[in-house]
Amino acid sequence: MNEPVRVQKDFTNAPLCLSGKGVTKVFGFGDKKTVAVDHVDFEFHEGEFVSIVGESGSGKTTLSKMLLGLSNATEGEIFFQGKPRDISSGHKKKEYWKGIQAIFQDPFSSFNTFQKIDTVLLDCINMRGGKGLSKQEKFNMMSDACHFVNLEFKELTNKYPFELSGGQMQRLMIARIFLLKPKILLADEPTSMVDACSRATILDMLLNLRDEIGMTVIFITHDIGLAYYISDSVYIMEHGKFVEYGKADEVILHPQAAYTKRLISDVPKIHEEWDLSTVDLHA
Amino acid sequence: MKNTIRQVFHSPKFVGGFVIFVAILLTMFIYPLFNPGNPLQQIGVGTFAKPGTYVSLYDATKTTPETFRLPEADENRLAASLSDEDRVAMVEYFTAMGIDISDLDTGDTDTLLQMWEDNYDPSVRPKGMTGARVNYFKRLNNSLQDLKGGDTIIIAEEGEDGALVESKSISTTDYVRTGAVANVKTLPLGTDNFGRDVLKELVSATGTSIGIGLLAGIVATLIGLTFGLLAGYLGGFVDDFIMFITNIFTVIPGFVLLILISYSIGQEQRGAAVVATVIGLTGWTWTARSVRSQVISLRNRDHVNLSKLSGHSLLRIILTDILPYIASYVVMAFILQVSSGILAEAQLSLLGLGPRTTEVPTLGLMMNWAMLYSAHTNGSWWAYFPVILVITLISFSLNLMNTGLDQVFNPTLRD
Ligand SMILES: Nc1ncnc2c1ncn2[C@@H]1O[C@H](COP(=O)(O)OP(=O)(O)O)[C@@H](O)[C@H]1O
Ligand SMILES: [Mg+2]
Repeated sequence: MNEPVRVQKDFTNAPLCLSGKGVTKVFGFGDKKTVAVDHVDFEFHEGEFVSIVGESGSGKTTLSKMLLGLSNATEGEIFFQGKPRDISSGHKKKEYWKGIQAIFQDPFSSFNTFQKIDTVLLDCINMRGGKGLSKQEKFNMMSDACHFVNLEFKELTNKYPFELSGGQMQRLMIARIFLLKPKILLADEPTSMVDACSRATILDMLLNLRDEIGMTVIFITHDIGLAYYISDSVYIMEHGKFVEYGKADEVILHPQAAYTKRLISDVPKIHEEWDLSTVDLHA
Repeated sequence: MKNTIRQVFHSPKFVGGFVIFVAILLTMFIYPLFNPGNPLQQIGVGTFAKPGTYVSLYDATKTTPETFRLPEADENRLAASLSDEDRVAMVEYFTAMGIDISDLDTGDTDTLLQMWEDNYDPSVRPKGMTGARVNYFKRLNNSLQDLKGGDTIIIAEEGEDGALVESKSISTTDYVRTGAVANVKTLPLGTDNFGRDVLKELVSATGTSIGIGLLAGIVATLIGLTFGLLAGYLGGFVDDFIMFITNIFTVIPGFVLLILISYSIGQEQRGAAVVATVIGLTGWTWTARSVRSQVISLRNRDHVNLSKLSGHSLLRIILTDILPYIASYVVMAFILQVSSGILAEAQLSLLGLGPRTTEVPTLGLMMNWAMLYSAHTNGSWWAYFPVILVITLISFSLNLMNTGLDQVFNPTLRD
């Protein structure tokens, strides 16, 4: 039995990759006003594995849509590689998306059900400027990508994504990231809708991919135990606000905010070695 | 995709509607092969000839006859020549003579004639009857005797000296085979007010009306789809602007708009294609509205987000990530548009605002003509009833197809 080895690094001195000041999202107005994300500040470093942890409805997905540039912030500013992010035109958005990619929560609704898997992967190669490559080169690239996530490309050609299982689809998503090699990967609860078996595999693949490409991973989860297992640093989100953040060890082993303590006490038992029942919740 | 089509063709409702519609289409294409020629040609001089087979009297007399002695021949001849008016008159005579007619059936020619034979007495003048009426009964009696008498008809031609010479005599036992007569014309639905073959006209009109429905449906669906896609996907200012226009069109009742536009175009410019386009131009609003709401529910789906992240253009996202998801819906909307386009043409034409009348018949125009010439009050059912039946059948088959599609695409509706 291989014990997972948890390696945490300190990224405080690494260059900034994505950061934000006072980022806010308000839905509706008047009586129906919801402040989904409320003036959050954050700093994600290059190569860092960051987790954003919060209960369902705390605003994680809303924040991720803003980070991805899929929706506009009501207030505040987001910085990409230290400079204010400019996605004001379609062309600039395309450029930005070369640097940031995503894996969504529900694999079954993440793919266009009318497009074959080949198309999905070919699009990635084209986006990386591989349009002119020969058929064989493209085939090899797609095979490599599938190989990385333990899929066999030959068995996937001419198939539709919905013919795969949820776990296989999320792996296909990772193969997509493997081809795109973005600076930042935003994974919004990528394992919450797949079976327990696939869960560990997918997490390992994400960690491997981070090491392989050297990208920043922003991992969104409601499971603080999972966050502790894989992250370098964590941000704890409650009702649209970051109530606590810092290095994973510091935050999870010495929680300050009541909310964090509650999240930790709700975790049954993460791993014998990192049994959190020993954490002093009353410190 | 293949699977969906298979499912569609397993829906009894869809198949039912489809079969009826295809049967109508096939008739439209095949019938003219057997009965070619201009459907608007006036073949009859009179109006509203009844449905049936017409034998040329001239050619029949020139055809060599066979002799048959058929037992019911006399009776049939009498029955056919005894008009309803004559029958009523006979009853009147019996009543005046004080005869008990309580169980007399005027449709029973045999008994009626027998009673006439027994009771008619030219020498008696019933009380209170005018002289003119008495003479009428005399004439009636004479013509009945003639019919029974088995006279021959003599055909005479002008001889060399100018006098009439008997060329042929036709007796009541002479028969000619219809196949041997040079000219026989079957008019299954008779003729209309202009003396045109109604069936031929109907087949041609069905084709034109379906064409109008299709063109109107295509115009309405294209406009509605484009507006709905743009408004729904882009949102913001574009949405506001498109919805503003859509609302204007919705507030004015479509049919009123249709009447106004058709009227202002003028009779001369109103060809079938123009009318179809106008119908399409006034009927797109609900397609736009429903496409818009579908797109709004689609545009924030993750597969659309993924497509954006893949750097796809607006056009590609709309065509590949939105359109296929609403395609089934658009097909259904299109079918309904075709159906309502056909009905709109019929309504317009009934008001006299349909396509100009000289070129092609349409179902609406046929109804319009039938109405103008009072077919419905003078009992010429064949001039309008088949038209109504065809319109109903087309609508019915299209709506049935639509219901079938709806059940396949929205399985929750299935019982
Ligand atoms: N499009 C939207 N319109 C209105 N409210 C929204 C919308 N999206 C999310 N919300 C609200 O914002 C809050 C945060 O939602 P979300 O970001 O999905 O939470 P999480 O991903 O953490 O579960 C919720 O209260 C949700 O109801
Ligand atoms: Mg979420």
